[in-house]
Amino acid sequence: MTISRSPLAIAAFLLAVPGLLISSGGDVQATLAYSTPVILFVAAAVALFTSVSIPSLIVVLILVHVVAFCLIDLLGSMLTARPDIGYWCMVASSWLLAWFSVQNLAGLKLASAQAQRLVNFALPVLFGAWLLILWEILVRGFGVPSILLPPPSMIAGRIANSVPTLWVDFQQTYLKAAIAGYAIGCGSGFLAAIIVDRVPFLRRGLLPIGNLVAALPVVGIAPIMVMWFGSYWESKAAVVVIMTFFPMLVNTVAGLAASGAMERDLMQTYGSSYGQTLLKLRLPAAMPFIFNALKINSTLALIGAIVAEFFGSPIVGMGFRISAEVGRMNVDMVWAEIFVAALAGSLSYGLITLIERAVTFWHPSYRT
Amino acid sequence: MTVVALRPKAQSMPNATPTNVIDVKDLSLVFQTNDGPVNALSNINLAVNSGEFVSFIGPSGCGKTTLLRVIADLEQPTSGTISVNGLTPSEARQKRAYGYVFQAAALYPWRTIGGNISLPLEVMGMPKAERASRITKNLELVNLSGFEKKFPWQLSGGMQQRASIARALSFDPEMLLMDEPFGALDEIVRDHLNEQLLKLWAKTQKTVIFVTHSIPEAVFLSTKIVVMSPRPGRIHEIIDCNLGAERTLDIRETPEFLEIAHRVREGLRHGHSYDGE
Ligand SMILES: Nc1ncnc2c1ncn2[C@@H]1O[C@H](COP(=O)(O)OP(=O)(O)OP(=O)(O)O)[C@@H](O)[C@H]1O
Ligand SMILES: [Mg+2]
Repeated sequence: MTISRSPLAIAAFLLAVPGLLISSGGDVQATLAYSTPVILFVAAAVALFTSVSIPSLIVVLILVHVVAFCLIDLLGSMLTARPDIGYWCMVASSWLLAWFSVQNLAGLKLASAQAQRLVNFALPVLFGAWLLILWEILVRGFGVPSILLPPPSMIAGRIANSVPTLWVDFQQTYLKAAIAGYAIGCGSGFLAAIIVDRVPFLRRGLLPIGNLVAALPVVGIAPIMVMWFGSYWESKAAVVVIMTFFPMLVNTVAGLAASGAMERDLMQTYGSSYGQTLLKLRLPAAMPFIFNALKINSTLALIGAIVAEFFGSPIVGMGFRISAEVGRMNVDMVWAEIFVAALAGSLSYGLITLIERAVTFWHPSYRT
Repeated sequence: MTVVALRPKAQSMPNATPTNVIDVKDLSLVFQTNDGPVNALSNINLAVNSGEFVSFIGPSGCGKTTLLRVIADLEQPTSGTISVNGLTPSEARQKRAYGYVFQAAALYPWRTIGGNISLPLEVMGMPKAERASRITKNLELVNLSGFEKKFPWQLSGGMQQRASIARALSFDPEMLLMDEPFGALDEIVRDHLNEQLLKLWAKTQKTVIFVTHSIPEAVFLSTKIVVMSPRPGRIHEIIDCNLGAERTLDIRETPEFLEIAHRVREGLRHGHSYDGE
């Protein structure tokens, strides 16, 4: 029998033992109170006493997630106000076991590319899952007031119950204001860059002013845009346009200057026109810069559209909801909106990254 | 050792004969840099006839690239006159009179090898079918058939350089300007490409201006060798060199070849010693 020398496995095993002996604070009549420490002990034993392999890691992972589920369930059947020391030993032990499995999973060199892709996908999912598990256990175990930080289960419940509200807010803020502002801001920034690049005096005159405008705080321009364009989504889109215009302008101007002297001379020897050189050389060479701006702007657009709603809006929208529900102490609804924003933000960022890879496949950082 | 300072009068007259594809008279070029002016070219006189193979040879920094770039209208002379095909370099460039091969391959990484060769053809507005046949033909010419769909970074440096030669040939220019095209290649590949270039030149009767650092390469390829010397960059000597149309690499062992190589070497050494004086 080989004993795993990983300090994580040893510590997890040592913490699993007191779980068996010391009270967790749960109802002694409940089966969960008996079975949870036993399952945890088995998982810790597998981690410690078997050599690292895919089957043993899968067994540990399954068991440790059963334990996590039971631990959360146990919180509901507590006799005492707070869980006892035995409970926290089990939490720590199962967390160490999860860490142990993820670490070993990441270190595995898998033969099949498909399995490797599965692992690459599983790692961030496991990471995120344990963030939520620990958040849930710590908030509820220590009785943190939900006004400060609601447990994920409460946020999930709120999301499930308010899908229609969340959807109209999402439509208003993301599908209308953010996307329209993003498209107009990025598009006009791009066109302005082409003009600035063509007219040299603009480059020296406009770019410094551009940097100044780019530094304007969104909290300053939002109320002004509301005065100019009314309180509907158009004013939010205007804020987003202002926020996204200059990153795109500055990046595209830099990108248009990025092609090499020799590559340009080559186009010259063909007697190429300005437009041909732009299309066939300078724009392709500028693509990495342009995508950089598209990614920065996708984040800025969402922030801008939400924050702008704090300064006057109809009674719909993600920013409006956040400020209204904070006032009513409905913090779970605030978190539900934050969740939707985070999801929408990372999905759009991911989509742009995928397109970027397809377009700039030739760039040294993506070459295969 | 006689120093041939200038061409005979009859040849340096502008457009003396319609076969003068390049005519350079009293040309000088000064680069204004932060450390003051650099005399890159000083008092250059040169006439190149149609179908000639002219090599520029000389120490680093003597202005070979600069002179080639002036002919290609990529650099403007400070004084003197130059005509290409009886036109100004700018007009000749607009008429796509020449293909230029740079010191580095300068292939566009977002285009395949085939796409890179198609680039000048697209700029010139050639239809798709014609482009496809020219790509195939020119890839064959430089022994790169089968690499059409590869991207430049997937090829070795020598293959990239050959692709860039195929690109320069693709639109069939009357004149080829080549700046140390084989500088970065190994001896064997270089010999092979020298032979290929010579065959191509004999077959097409293109005018070739060729910059090199290698004496054997210059003697093997050229009908005329222009020996240049630095600071300020100027033509030290022009050596005629014609070893017959049907040359093979073996010719490099013959006394005639060694005699001309010796003259070029002497010219280079002599040009260099001006420095100290
Ligand atoms: N764009 C430029 N600006 C300023 N000086 C330049 C520029 N290009 C070339 N020079 C200078 O002109 C001189 C001739 O340069 P050139 O590149 O023509 O040399 P070369 O003979 O091609 O050298 P090599 O064999 O190393 O390629 C050098 O002194 C160089 O520093
Ligand atoms: Mg050079």
